[in-house]
Amino acid sequence: MPTGSDVVNVVIAGLGGQGVIKASDILADVAFRAGYDVKKSELHGMSQRGGSVSSDVRFGKKVWSPMVPFGCADYLVVLSSDQLEVNRHVLKEGGVTLSAELVDVSRLASPRCINVALLGALSAHLEFPEELWNAAIRSGFPEKLHDMNITAFQFGRTCTKTQQ
Amino acid sequence: MALAMKSAGITLGTGYPGTPSTEILENFSARGGRAQWAPNEKVAFEVALGAAYGGARSVVTMKHVGVNVAADPLFTAAYTGVPAALILISADDPGMASSQNEQDNRHYAVAAGLPMIEPSDSQEAHDFFLHAVAVSERWHIPVLFRMTTRVCHSKTIVNTGLRQELAAPAPPAYVRSIMERVMIPAYARPAHRKLRQKLAEIAKSNETSPLNTRTSGVRTLGIISSGIAAMHAREVAPDASFLKLGTTYPLPMRIIRDFAESVDRCVVVEEGDPYLADSIRAAGVPVHAKPDMYRFGELNVGRVKRILANDTSPEEPVPSGKPPQLCKGCPHRVVFEAFRDLGCIVAGDIGCYTLGVLPPFEAMDTCVSMGASITVGLGLRHVLPREQAVKVASVIGDSTFAHSGLSGLVEMVYNPPATGHVVVIVDNGTTAMTGQQEHPGTGRTLDHEPTGKLVFEDIARAMGIKEVHVIDPLKEEGEFARLLAETLAKEQPAVLITRRACLLAAARIRAYEQRALQGKEACNADGK
Repeated sequence: MPTGSDVVNVVIAGLGGQGVIKASDILADVAFRAGYDVKKSELHGMSQRGGSVSSDVRFGKKVWSPMVPFGCADYLVVLSSDQLEVNRHVLKEGGVTLSAELVDVSRLASPRCINVALLGALSAHLEFPEELWNAAIRSGFPEKLHDMNITAFQFGRTCTKTQQ
Repeated sequence: MALAMKSAGITLGTGYPGTPSTEILENFSARGGRAQWAPNEKVAFEVALGAAYGGARSVVTMKHVGVNVAADPLFTAAYTGVPAALILISADDPGMASSQNEQDNRHYAVAAGLPMIEPSDSQEAHDFFLHAVAVSERWHIPVLFRMTTRVCHSKTIVNTGLRQELAAPAPPAYVRSIMERVMIPAYARPAHRKLRQKLAEIAKSNETSPLNTRTSGVRTLGIISSGIAAMHAREVAPDASFLKLGTTYPLPMRIIRDFAESVDRCVVVEEGDPYLADSIRAAGVPVHAKPDMYRFGELNVGRVKRILANDTSPEEPVPSGKPPQLCKGCPHRVVFEAFRDLGCIVAGDIGCYTLGVLPPFEAMDTCVSMGASITVGLGLRHVLPREQAVKVASVIGDSTFAHSGLSGLVEMVYNPPATGHVVVIVDNGTTAMTGQQEHPGTGRTLDHEPTGKLVFEDIARAMGIKEVHVIDPLKEEGEFARLLAETLAKEQPAVLITRRACLLAAARIRAYEQRALQGKEACNADGK
């Protein structure tokens, strides 16, 4: 697939209310701060009613389509493990899955931080400097949630076991 | 869009919430723009039209089906024209992520005779909007700014340096122009001719518009595209020659012809209906259109690849995710339980409560358009055999009722079915479906400040409906079911209102109410 070989494709999936969109906003912000062209696309609308939500983030020198082509995702981040199978088709051969069970939720300040914790796990695979992640997390949340999310991100960075 | 609206000096933004258009006005308001929700899209369009007649730059936003509601004034506004910019932003939903149909609103530009502009990413949304304002003011004509889900609900980098210097807006003032704005037949006839004259001039201008870009590539393949489809196509065929159209009505047929002649094979890649392909072919330019199977649903990189290969083999089904459901804690679930248990024939409506059609309720039989629950229910009552007619009920949400339910109630009073009728208004105090927007029934404006409030039960009573009941659906178990059964048995026109805030919105609504109360107390204190 001629996606431009330098484009990195990430799909974040989960259920309505889990913070899929927020996680993809933060990732897109990090890529933007790192100087990449970045595009992000999602489907929502009825998603608040607990349905599936997924968001695509693509970054590289030049990105055309905002949607990750099927079979081209380098990373699939799944916030709710039951959403793995319905999204598996986006992964490329050898693509990496980062699923919710990677993170021991009981060690997070709140289970709601699973989205940022999984971004931490993803960050171990990407070459962005940590300060960009911290800056993006700070700009993505109100101040009172900064510490909680930075801690979740740091914890996520240590959860590096991946599935293929 | 909000940013561009601020830059362009838009005086008033109005609209009705609808995915994927809703966020535009919310962000315009957050950036200090004057934005307001109208009860429906026709009202919104007319308010924006009046503002434009008054010399103020105006924007009206809606989802694709909203333009059907606004179509009446839209067609005639094309005749009257506007002294200041009027931009109608239509957000289409190919693939129906959250809509009841996937109509292609490009046809509206042709049908009404309005110039149409289509961006393909966030940068173009920003830049093209400024062009749209300039076009609207140069020809004194409303402009249809057409977006789609993947342009609306995507984020791409925007350079905010203005690409086009817009003249500052003139201060609003009324300048009388009776022949231009009073569409009696004697004045409308010349107005139609004038509209066609404007469109001919715009067509000519579009031939040199910077919104249409040509990228040279190989001679063997040329692609004509617009909107998000152009992005997919660039990715699939980076070496192809490209003509990307930003002004998609009137079409710049000369550059299209030149481009098509410059390549061996010219393929039109477009989402939805074959609008571009049909128009280009009708002008006598031979191009390849996509196979008909690709008019259904969204395009993406994979599908565009198949279009370019003219591949019509069956597509691999995409696994479907978890569908949305009526919230487990929704206080209005009792309504659908009662419909189910009483075996009602339910004329439904548009909103999150449409999910009452799914198990465990399966308590909805029709859902067509905003407000149709009441009127379709009445039609069913008129013709069904008695044993079925007495079981017909209509269910409509609060925002939908304010949008298009009032005239349905008038019809119920004016042409009551022999067996009466029961309308249930599920009032959760917000436009829950689109993300908790205010509406006339909440008594708060777009930015949640107190304003006049529409009281549904008072309206129903004022219309002469005798059976009007308001209940809290959670107050007593089984109470709604009892009330529904009783009212159905009375065989009179009836309105039942279940009132309880949406669970997801309740905390915010309480905060707005508290804020309003504090404001009032502060006011009273000042008064003394």
